[in-house]
Amino acid sequence: MTSPDDVLARVVREHAGRLAASLVSLLGDFSAAEDLVADAVETALRRWPVEGVPDRPDAWLFTVAKNRGLDVLRRQARYREKLAQLQWPVQPEPDDRLRLIFTCCHPALSREAQIALTLRVVCGLTTAQIARAFLVPETTVAQRLTRAKRKITDAGIPYRIPAPEELGERLAQVLHVVYLMFNEGYLSSSADRVQSHDLVADADWLASLLHGLMPREPEIAGLLALIRLHRARTAARFSPEGNLVQLQDQDRSRWDQQMIGEAVELLTRAAHHRRPGPYQLQAAIVACHAEAKSWEDTDWPQIVILYDMLLCLAPSPVTRLHRTIALRYVSGAEKALAELDSLGLDRYHLYHATRAELLRDLGRDDEAREADQRALELTANPAEQALLKQRLRP
Amino acid sequence: MKYVLMFCETEQWEKDWEAMDQSERDAGFAKVGQWMAEHADKITHNRKLAGPETATTVRLEDGEPIITDGPFIEGKEVVSGYVEVEVADLDEALRMARTWPACPLVEIRPVLM
Repeated sequence: MTSPDDVLARVVREHAGRLAASLVSLLGDFSAAEDLVADAVETALRRWPVEGVPDRPDAWLFTVAKNRGLDVLRRQARYREKLAQLQWPVQPEPDDRLRLIFTCCHPALSREAQIALTLRVVCGLTTAQIARAFLVPETTVAQRLTRAKRKITDAGIPYRIPAPEELGERLAQVLHVVYLMFNEGYLSSSADRVQSHDLVADADWLASLLHGLMPREPEIAGLLALIRLHRARTAARFSPEGNLVQLQDQDRSRWDQQMIGEAVELLTRAAHHRRPGPYQLQAAIVACHAEAKSWEDTDWPQIVILYDMLLCLAPSPVTRLHRTIALRYVSGAEKALAELDSLGLDRYHLYHATRAELLRDLGRDDEAREADQRALELTANPAEQALLKQRLRP
Repeated sequence: MKYVLMFCETEQWEKDWEAMDQSERDAGFAKVGQWMAEHADKITHNRKLAGPETATTVRLEDGEPIITDGPFIEGKEVVSGYVEVEVADLDEALRMARTWPACPLVEIRPVLM
């Protein structure tokens, strides 16, 4: 289902970043360019719902930004001259948006600033949309953006694709930003958050933009596949009442098989590069679930192997926790519980929720209830709270 | 752009340095000398500072200047030297800082002209 808001978001996303990239190149001033694009986007979001989306939204945004620039950049005569000479259609370099993304995700900026800047500059979200998506006050986001833009200028953060020897590490930063965006959107998506911007769609779009610009980087393909494999199951994740449905209880006929097939294909092609990474492995794990006919048919031994590989590359107690869930079906609940108890994740709700399931398997129902109770105390997510309350009902 | 790279020592670093013998320290100095030589075309100025125990702080905020012994913050990390560099942008300054072979913290600040 596509709402008019989704259409607007898609059109803005497609053109705002491109325009920003051209203007940063032209003016050599990230902050000034970004202000002009943000203004044009705000104007578009005010006028398009009334007047309709113009035939050439890119030309429209360009004209508004240019006129605005000629108007407000009075004191910067240099910028005005450059802008005045600029004619439609502009021909941005194919790599311009890539430079823009690397600048927004520069490690000298805080993680929050990287996320906010990328959403704003590359995806064309407004400050208000970012604030709603992350449930923080608009002034906080505005401050974050202002501070980040000032730092880009004052600290001399360059507008360019990193040198080859730095590319790997810098790309990892960019992918992490996209991943966090996706996660935020995915975990918070529920009936009561329909008003918020669809961060999952933004993350999907960014990953696919990056994949198009850097097709030989398997981890980008891995992240894109991961996002698509999760998205393919969206329809089955919530009951008609808006409650979260766990993977084992989901109606698999509602999964988008075409999307799953394409994502698996993407992942297979990425694997040909023989450069495995955390996103490819996570996607491979999700693919095992997505391709299983039922929960019982899941290839658990394969999943445990993939988790072992993932732990080799990126050790983390949370990953080990997820591995124990698979281990339960390979080595039994007792073994999985022993493994789980060694993790020391006492402050993490999923640790207790998983523990509860294992304890129930072993017939230790009283302890299972205690663990569910503890999980309930530790989660702030309404959908998860509802699920746990249901389990605790006598 | 001009930046200053401030080199900071930590308590642990200082302890390790104390524990070294002369040949190890000489090797340490040699590495720093080599780093300076490699980046000589970018370094416009460089200084090593005497230890924090030689520092004196003057506070001018309440009328009469107040003179106290020691650095203005009693911290676990102490600036022990700096270089001023002229490079294209932050990434180039970061590349230099990454290869710094001595103390474990480097703060990079643009210089206001």
